[in-house]
Amino acid sequence: MTGIYVQLSYFDLAIASVLLLLAGGLSVALNLGLEKSLGIAALRTTVQLTLIGLVLKILFQLVSPWWTGLAALVMVLLAGREATARQTLRLRDGWGYSIATTSLVTASGIVTVLALTTAIRPEPWYDPRFALPLLGMVMGNTMNGVAVGMERLSSTLKREKDAIEARLSLGHSRRDAVRPYVQESLRAGLMHIINAMSAAGLISLPGMMTGQILAGVSPTEAVKYQILIMFLIAGSTSIGALVAVLATSWRLGDERDRLRLDRLRERAR
Amino acid sequence: MLNVRNLNRLNIGPIDLDVAGGEIIALTGPSGAGKSLLLRAIADLDPNEGELSLLGQNRDAMDAPDWRKQVMYVPAHTGWWADTVEPHFAGLERAQVKETLHHLSLETTALGWQVANLSTGERQRLALARALAHAPKILLLDEPTSGLDADNAVRAEKLIAEIAKKGTGVVFVTHDAVQAERLGTRRLYFYDGQLHETAP
Repeated sequence: MTGIYVQLSYFDLAIASVLLLLAGGLSVALNLGLEKSLGIAALRTTVQLTLIGLVLKILFQLVSPWWTGLAALVMVLLAGREATARQTLRLRDGWGYSIATTSLVTASGIVTVLALTTAIRPEPWYDPRFALPLLGMVMGNTMNGVAVGMERLSSTLKREKDAIEARLSLGHSRRDAVRPYVQESLRAGLMHIINAMSAAGLISLPGMMTGQILAGVSPTEAVKYQILIMFLIAGSTSIGALVAVLATSWRLGDERDRLRLDRLRERAR
Repeated sequence: MLNVRNLNRLNIGPIDLDVAGGEIIALTGPSGAGKSLLLRAIADLDPNEGELSLLGQNRDAMDAPDWRKQVMYVPAHTGWWADTVEPHFAGLERAQVKETLHHLSLETTALGWQVANLSTGERQRLALARALAHAPKILLLDEPTSGLDADNAVRAEKLIAEIAKKGTGVVFVTHDAVQAERLGTRRLYFYDGQLHETAP
């Protein structure tokens, strides 16, 4: 630690919440109809973060592989749900959720464990103070890539149904017929992290680095951590989007090289 | 040549059908009866059950793309996967493509056209040409002349008849009883999920 850490009081938070009233007032004045969602979202963020603060505090004291593992499992299951919920077109019969969750576990799991055992090396390696925040950051971003990739593939295959089936009718394999759309979906899934890496430091100061600096860590040290995190996220998003998009593509076809859009369900709005 | 036994799919079947080489079967029936779905099931584009064989070779024993290359389905409104016409004819013999285009009174320059600029009739003729250039053994045509003016419809019919004369078996769906009479060598009616020899 090189600086001083300024502790916030609940009164400080109350002052910041005035800004929410401003946003709500704007919504009313411009007839955006967002004031209710805004209120609920603000309430959720307060309650959820307060609770996770308490949970993390307990977990950090325990340093137990079992409790840490359980917390990681809950995080993964929730992330899988969120990734599925973001999609307007979903695979039926729980396939959407299963594929999203499996890709998240595979990608974030491999990358987080790799980072803990080779780069950061806390003692023990599963120390929740390192493991859980790292997993959270990696998975939160991977989830975005997974959700975008899956959504893009489902909607593109639906939109291009006639073109794909024209190729199938002419005797092209399903793999050939969907390849351009699989590639497009993978690109879409990776675009976010590529943009984030390109903008980092110039347009945006990434949250984790900013947090460390506020907590008194020297900027050059914080930057090193941030670069590590960016690389981890890029790796994890690539793996996650790849697994998710390929699995979705597999599920939207069958052994007779058909396009199986009947396995998609449009979310009721 | 094509033998269909006990073909079933949702709301359709069981269907028995034999198509011989050179035969042109005109398939009519009320809208929404499932004529297109029947053709799609024969081409194995939707899940279906049944024993189908081509020249004695079982469908299940063939790769699906292999089957579709020989038992080719051409929908009424097909899709295009590239911006210009040419990539849709990739891998086909140039001379045969030109000849087919010529038969449908399309110039060879059509290959350079933008798909987005094609008229409905041009699309339909190009789709037919695209399928014919593969020289399938069985052609399943869904309303092949619905978007064509009288002249071009006649040209398309003539080409279909010629193709059949060379040994291809054709099943085509039409709403035009006169066309069914004129072009078909045999007529079948599709209603209540079944094929019938006589009109309802």
